[in-house]
Amino acid sequence: MKTILLIAGKDLRQRLRDRSAYLQAIVLPLALAFIYNLIFGSAATPRPFEYAVADLDRGLVSQAFTNQVLPSIEQDGYIKIRLVGTREEAASLAKEGTVDAAFVVQQGFPSTAGIDIVASPDSPTGVEVARSIARSFVSELNAVQLAVAATKPGDATQDELVQRALATASPLLVRDISAQEKILSLQTYFAAGMAVFFLFFTVQYGVSSILDERNLGTLVRLLAAPIPARTILAGKLATSFLLGLISMALLVVATSLLMGAEWGDPAGVALLIICGILAATGVTAVVASLARTPESAGSWQAVTAVVLGLLGGAFFPISQVGGIMSTLSLLTPHAWFLRGLSDMAGGASALAVLPSAAALLAFAAATIGIAVIRLSKVLQP
Amino acid sequence: MSCHDLRRNYGKLVAVNGVSFDIRPAETYGLLGPNGAGKTTVISIIAGVLQADAGQVTVAGRPITPRAIGAKAAIGYVPQELALYPDLTGRENLRFFAKLYGLRSSETKRRVDEVLGIIGLSERAGQLVSTYSGGMKRRLNIAAGLLHRPNLLILDEPTVGVDPQSRNAILGNIETLAREGMAVLYTTHYMEEAQRLCDRVGVLDEGKLIAEGTVRELTAMVGEQDRVRLTVAAEPQELARRLNASDLGHSAAVDGNEITLLVKDAPTALPAILDLAGQTVRSVIVEEPDLEAVFLHLTGKSLRD
Ligand SMILES: Nc1ncnc2c1ncn2[C@@H]1O[C@H](COP(=O)(O)OP(=O)(O)OP(=O)(O)O)[C@@H](O)[C@H]1O
Ligand SMILES: [Mg+2]
Repeated sequence: MKTILLIAGKDLRQRLRDRSAYLQAIVLPLALAFIYNLIFGSAATPRPFEYAVADLDRGLVSQAFTNQVLPSIEQDGYIKIRLVGTREEAASLAKEGTVDAAFVVQQGFPSTAGIDIVASPDSPTGVEVARSIARSFVSELNAVQLAVAATKPGDATQDELVQRALATASPLLVRDISAQEKILSLQTYFAAGMAVFFLFFTVQYGVSSILDERNLGTLVRLLAAPIPARTILAGKLATSFLLGLISMALLVVATSLLMGAEWGDPAGVALLIICGILAATGVTAVVASLARTPESAGSWQAVTAVVLGLLGGAFFPISQVGGIMSTLSLLTPHAWFLRGLSDMAGGASALAVLPSAAALLAFAAATIGIAVIRLSKVLQP
Repeated sequence: MSCHDLRRNYGKLVAVNGVSFDIRPAETYGLLGPNGAGKTTVISIIAGVLQADAGQVTVAGRPITPRAIGAKAAIGYVPQELALYPDLTGRENLRFFAKLYGLRSSETKRRVDEVLGIIGLSERAGQLVSTYSGGMKRRLNIAAGLLHRPNLLILDEPTVGVDPQSRNAILGNIETLAREGMAVLYTTHYMEEAQRLCDRVGVLDEGKLIAEGTVRELTAMVGEQDRVRLTVAAEPQELARRLNASDLGHSAAVDGNEITLLVKDAPTALPAILDLAGQTVRSVIVEEPDLEAVFLHLTGKSLRD
């Protein structure tokens, strides 16, 4: 054990002396996560839609819409409303694009007139959302009216209608958009995706350095020393693991502080990261064990890292595309790592990562096993 | 150290073909042979770095194989190629190798300083090895094999590509270590080095040990003949023929305008030789018998490429 740490310590010292190591393990993943977040993050979390509202009826039902239904949606943060006095005022705000659309509740609503939507030419989506809100309110109202008419033949008072409408009306459509659970925030997704993508580069150094040392001639010295060959191999694997651990820890802290990424329960994150590093170490070790020179090892490892990264959804959430791609993505450690994190999203306990952690461990066991068998040959001339 | 009937093939190529020899405590043994003779292969087997196809090695009474972990501690190995980490300092390199051989921290520090002193690199010890000159790297390469005070120090052509001054320093270091009681196995294709350092020499050619003994014993094999080199102005072939025909010497060979002649005793024969050659002689060099001549005699080949 002491010798394993001696070798790993020596390797780390060498690696940390190389500036490009920091670039690859810390700076690049952070920078890319930032850029991704800038490009896609802003589009994905839009400003709330703004609507002008003119209530020309001022009856019980229209007030229920303008004073209760709309404000409750506003409270959820999806829209902003601005009450105005006249149809003209509302229309001009919409037409000049100050608001995304205007609701005009006409006099005589709901019995003889309806709700007009004045569209802003600049905001088709905002207009569509406004239409949906109005439509769903009206259809709820109709349903309630029907129900009331059925239970109580004769005339239902307006008051009664309003009470029922308020009890059932809910802007379902808007709720639906926001109600998806188990999904990582975009910041977290990009941070985790980039971190796991570059992890497969960071851990390369350890195992590949066996090939480097063979070229350098120092491997012969290690073989001449009174230590078993498997200790050398274990030292190199430890190097990979420690490099991965350092970079992942720094990335988790940095993305949390700088980007507002929410990785989730620390225990779960730690478990996932450890299993992820082991899997990454194993995969890169297998590739290195198939190569003859450090150069070819490096290029094949890069190819592997990029292919697995793309397939595993490190750049975009491929698992949500569905179909064959999302099935294929399960062949990559990246997908399991990200899945483990999203299983924990929304405040689930650390236990939620266990299936993903187990999958990553299986990857690690298989690949490290193969690598050890193959690399033992390199170490036993 | 004792090795018996070592054999090793690389595919079809027979690199080592039944090599046996012993090294006594405090003895310096030279393995002399041209490029590709199998020196590095023999030495790698003895150092426990390479698996032999057949044969046994024991060092300090314990068998050596790549898996004989404990027994390897008795050996210090200096590979032919530089085996150092260029991105670590000289001191960091030595500290790492010392600990690899199980030295404790306090011992490591003392021993590293000591060895740095021996090879004269104390002042540059804090700088990266990549900034060292070739000779400095060579010396550090040797130092890395000394740290744990091995019973047997194995050096594979440690002076290749080194300037004469550094080479002298390196040979001096080895002499000192040998005097202090370390057994040394030394390979080289420089016969001057073998002549200066080695108590005994084994001559290796094409994977076989073709002769073994002290330098004196080996040179006696060629019949204690001196070599006379004559540089002449004209007609070297004609002169060589006349020299061979005379009873002054024999085996005269021509290379350009230089004639090499084997002579029983150069000082007595020289006046007559010059007499015979006449005005054409430009220079005369007399060489006493050396390992080069031995090798030539045994194999008909030159040691150098
Ligand atoms: N790894 C290898 N694979 C194949 N052939 C090898 C290998 N190592 C050495 N050989 C061959 O074995 C023979 C002996 O090589 P070796 O390195 O032992 O010679 P050497 O006496 O040390 O030569 P030099 O003076 O050039 O160092 C050579 O013909 C060489 O080509
Ligand atoms: Mg050699």
